[in-house]
Amino acid sequence: MWVRHLQVVSFRNWAQADLALRPGPVVLVGRNGEGKTNLVEAVAYLATMSSHRVATDAPLVRHGADQAVVRAALRRGDRELLVELEINPGRANRVRVNRAPLQRPRDLLGLVRTVLFAPEDLSLVRGDPTERRRFLDELLVTRTPRLAGVRSDYERVLKQRNALLKTARMARGRAIETLDAWDGHLVALGGELLAARLRLVADLAPHLASAYAAVAGEGAVTATLGYASTVPAAGDGSPRPSRGPSGAAPVPALPDADALPDADALPDADALAAALRDRLVERRADELDRGVTLVGPHRDDLVIHLGPGPAKGFASHGESWSLALGLKLATFALLRADGEDPILILDDVFATLDAGRRAALATVARSAEQTLVTAAVLDDVPEELRGVRVEVGGGAATVRDGTASDGGGSDGSVAPSSAAGAPGGGPEEEGR
Amino acid sequence: MYEGAVQDLIDELGRLPGVGPKSAQRIAFHLLAAESADVGRLVSALQRVQEEVRFCVTCFNVAEGEQCRICRDPRRSDDVICVVEEPKDVVAIERTREFRGRYHVLGGAISPIEGIGPDDLRVKELMTRLMSGAVTELIIATDPNLEGEATAAYLARLVAPLGLTVSRLASGLPVGGDLEYADEVTLGRAFEGRRRIDA
Repeated sequence: MWVRHLQVVSFRNWAQADLALRPGPVVLVGRNGEGKTNLVEAVAYLATMSSHRVATDAPLVRHGADQAVVRAALRRGDRELLVELEINPGRANRVRVNRAPLQRPRDLLGLVRTVLFAPEDLSLVRGDPTERRRFLDELLVTRTPRLAGVRSDYERVLKQRNALLKTARMARGRAIETLDAWDGHLVALGGELLAARLRLVADLAPHLASAYAAVAGEGAVTATLGYASTVPAAGDGSPRPSRGPSGAAPVPALPDADALPDADALPDADALAAALRDRLVERRADELDRGVTLVGPHRDDLVIHLGPGPAKGFASHGESWSLALGLKLATFALLRADGEDPILILDDVFATLDAGRRAALATVARSAEQTLVTAAVLDDVPEELRGVRVEVGGGAATVRDGTASDGGGSDGSVAPSSAAGAPGGGPEEEGR
Repeated sequence: MYEGAVQDLIDELGRLPGVGPKSAQRIAFHLLAAESADVGRLVSALQRVQEEVRFCVTCFNVAEGEQCRICRDPRRSDDVICVVEEPKDVVAIERTREFRGRYHVLGGAISPIEGIGPDDLRVKELMTRLMSGAVTELIIATDPNLEGEATAAYLARLVAPLGLTVSRLASGLPVGGDLEYADEVTLGRAFEGRRRIDA
């Protein structure tokens, strides 16, 4: 999948930007604060409907505007996909796909697939469990869009149940008798979410092992994944048994053939729901005491292991970077194995990587159907990725064909659009 | 901001459900320009609702007088009670002409976030009616969302000792619709609740 045309209106610092792109590597260069990241953030927003930089939508809308608009024409194989998204902070977003409005904005999830790697990703290794749960759940929804509904229903039940637990101590009549009714929802939705997460961890682990081996180089220890759950049946955080002996040569990248026997051994949603229910009964007194739900996927964690021990707290800075990169490359490999290349977005990361990691990242980036790279200076970007260049500065984004591209292959889609083509012409041109 | 009386009217209209500040302003100026007889009819309609409409002492549907039209109707069956959240749900079910029993309006659904528990709903009154002995079946017709389902689950557990037939309205495919446009949850429920075809 690749972005053929991107247009943003009133998005972040952009009044308007209009870019005609090509498959392969695309580098957005410009000084800090000109809005390079904002453009790739807009593409990533189409995939997750959330930003990797802020928790709410309000900062995405240009100062003084009521709403922001992101339009993208994407190519999937030989088919065109036109996605238009209107960001309305505080109100429901509106989405149109191929000019037809979607009933619910969340139906867009899973349609546009991106993998974004940014400096913020270091928190996947070093940050709170929240970051890792969000990483897992967003990937879940991308692969199985139906789970978006399960995820939001689970959040809603959790809020209701916590509100009930909080007021329970004040003993308002029979209210606490309704706890069982909420428990029914919680275990059904929680069981489904747990089962999906366990399967995802099992699917992702072999990809992480090979991606980390490629990033960290010869002789590095093996990276593995475990799931630490408040429901014991769902995992205690120890690494899942992998095929190869631990500490030996990197696990060969044969996930499709390899993952199946392991995946079959995973407990199913019904078994996990039953285990969750048992655990709720055990912790009932504690929950009433503390007034919050203590058991369920909302308190679980993805545990990243490096060699014999957990990475968090033990991995060096360099190892943490390699793991964060490894996780994102594993995500890319997993989505690719599902049948389609996601759009790879590398936001300001080459400057912070050493030569070995740069090379490993560049190899994958070169092979992707489209890679969007942002950098302050072109010298930071590995030679083989300097294809199409987008110069960002002075409120305009201008597409230039890179010297490293195929030369005379001008096929119409290369031509910069009117707004982007006028150097210094400003982004204030009339929209469609 | 407008002069006192006009602004007061806009503020009052703006408090109504589904009416935003702009609509409130439009309605207010429409009323200012309207014939005084039209406004008079609206005023008296509001007053009559306030003075004459009560909640039925039996089922808590809207009623003019002690009991609502449905509770007074001798032709309806006393065996079955259908539980709904709001009076407007009674109207919706009545339109089907499929149901000939009585109703019970809860006045909402359980929602701890909004501070609504069973004591804030007409649950005790429902239990009293069920225990009178005449009722043999309870149909729970709360909304098919999380709060409605939780309310249904709570009620089902509460009335279980009474030994009644308890059922929940089915959810599934809309009639006259296309299968391909149904969302996954609805389609999944439709599969769960599929029916045998008698040939």
